[in-house]
Amino acid sequence: MRLELEKRSEHSALMTVLSPVVALGLTVVAGGILFAAMGYNPGEALYAFFIEPLTNQWSIEELLVKAGPLILIAVGLSVCFLSNNWNIGAEGQFTIGALAGSMIPILFHEYTGPMAMPLMVLMGALGGMVWASVPAFLKTRFGTNEILTSLMLVYVAQFLLDYLVRGPWRDPDGFNFPESRIFDDAHTLMTLGDGRLHLGFVFALVAVFVIWFMLSQTLKGFEIKVMGETPRAGRFAGFSHRGIVWFGFMVSGAFAGIAGMAEVSGSIGQLTPVISPGYGFTAIIVAFLGRLNPIGIVFAGLLLALSYIGGESAQVALGLSDKITRVFQGMLLFFVLACDTLILYRIRLIKSAPKAGGAHERA
Amino acid sequence: MSALEPILLTIITASTPLLLAAIGELITERSGVLNLGVEGMMIVGAVMGFAITAMSGSPYLGVVASMFAGMAMALLFGFLTLNLMTNQVATGLALTILGLGLSGMLGEAFIGQPGIKLPVLHIPGLSDIPFIGTVLLSQDILVYISLALVAAVYYFLFKTRAGLVIRAVGDNHTSAHALGYSVLKVRYLAVLFGGACSGLAGGYLSLVYTPQWVEGMTAGRGWIALALVVFASWRPLRLLVGAYLFGAVSVLQFHAQAAGIGLPSQLMSALPYLATIVVLVIISRNQAVTRANTPACLGRPFSPDR
Repeated sequence: MRLELEKRSEHSALMTVLSPVVALGLTVVAGGILFAAMGYNPGEALYAFFIEPLTNQWSIEELLVKAGPLILIAVGLSVCFLSNNWNIGAEGQFTIGALAGSMIPILFHEYTGPMAMPLMVLMGALGGMVWASVPAFLKTRFGTNEILTSLMLVYVAQFLLDYLVRGPWRDPDGFNFPESRIFDDAHTLMTLGDGRLHLGFVFALVAVFVIWFMLSQTLKGFEIKVMGETPRAGRFAGFSHRGIVWFGFMVSGAFAGIAGMAEVSGSIGQLTPVISPGYGFTAIIVAFLGRLNPIGIVFAGLLLALSYIGGESAQVALGLSDKITRVFQGMLLFFVLACDTLILYRIRLIKSAPKAGGAHERA
Repeated sequence: MSALEPILLTIITASTPLLLAAIGELITERSGVLNLGVEGMMIVGAVMGFAITAMSGSPYLGVVASMFAGMAMALLFGFLTLNLMTNQVATGLALTILGLGLSGMLGEAFIGQPGIKLPVLHIPGLSDIPFIGTVLLSQDILVYISLALVAAVYYFLFKTRAGLVIRAVGDNHTSAHALGYSVLKVRYLAVLFGGACSGLAGGYLSLVYTPQWVEGMTAGRGWIALALVVFASWRPLRLLVGAYLFGAVSVLQFHAQAAGIGLPSQLMSALPYLATIVVLVIISRNQAVTRANTPACLGRPFSPDR
């Protein structure tokens, strides 16, 4: 008896929606097994991880604070991934966006006019775009693999941040701590309500709407999808391969840059040597879990944000290591990819393998 | 002479993990599978190697454990990409993310613990020869394994029938299948070999390079190994040259820092990553050569019913 995959004649619409849910279910089951193996009560641990953070207002707000950058980066990445460009260096674009966005609050901190904030957002976007332009340029000009170049630039960006925070941008009154000066009120993103939730979340929602509109209502959206699925057909239609590479990288770079700027200006309030718990990489999971669909990405972003908060909550409640968060994130992505197979294939159980199958059976 | 020796020794130490991981990935890619999860397999190999060494007291047991840990990760990758035909790029990324997470969790108990270094194999008579003996013949077993693997992979790929089958599967899986070769079986073996090598590379980091467990200690070496395979245009001997060139760059960077060159240390630390980009650009400028050498079915899933 064995399982065999049988190609469906067309995409299963039901499975398209269902597969992320199945993947989540499997992650929870696997997580429960993992908790049990570590000697914790799985029910209690899963409750602390997934439910408890949703029971009080403080942590729901914190959930939205963390979902903001994830959604914003992921929705940009979805444009890139849909056009079959693999920008996996969003973490670096996030970092450079944060650096560029911090130029006004650190270097020109006397400037507190009404244009300071819009300029900072613009600078953040530009910073991310500059960093994303390197892999885009190398890919279009020399055909260099963008996966490796964009990833290498993550490390370079982190070293640059480290250098600036410990060197020229260190707060002169900061007792030699590797931190920049604390941003002026005029350089801090407006909060929504009186908690920690700031305008960054609104940026994310705007980005979701813009990308949704572009993908579903405009020719550009069609071009992206055609170039991603059948580049040959796209070329016959007159779409430019180079153009689409640049477009994908610029959109994802700008969004990641704005996310970085918003994180520094809205959540942290100064530059520190570490400004992200891996948002740029987690956003890749968000993009896939959300099926590269803007609306799906909102839900996926909230879920992955929950995994961050859940990790902290389980740490407080049960003394679990918060490292478990990244394990959950990795498992989730694995199950999502595995379940996506169900969209294109159906699983058949074959009773007994016929022996005389020839070459086909040897595979 | 005596000033050169320590530099050469550190170059060997810096190059070996890159060489190990890259030679495994070279076989994987030759069979037509792109496994971007080298970093993830490596770091799990590193943590398991350290953990088993710490618990058993034997670094050799640690080396074996790191190899099997890499293979276990590779098996997971193989099941998804080969059986379920998932996207290889995305699955490789998932493997890296999962590996980094798992290693962080598994290694938490070992942070700050002193490690046991893999001993140098002393070859009586030979290891005492000045220079050649003290540099080349006073290494640990993993260095010898890495060099032997290069020779073995070269011989295997180009001089044996099985090597020809791997190349056939990587270049045209439909024809290989029609000839009666099992594409999935060949690819599974290639993926597992890649995992074993990546695991060993990780084990080298936590047992020789810096004999301790530090979270995220692979620091992008898995990705550099991937770049090296492209740089070597999928040829084992060029890979040897590439890995040692790279090891040299990263070591000279340390020496330049120590010598007090007036550049920020962060810039020097970023050099290996920048060098990777430069190397990739140089190699990809010559598109014709790259295209001729790239396994034609690299990254393409194979389903027998087509």
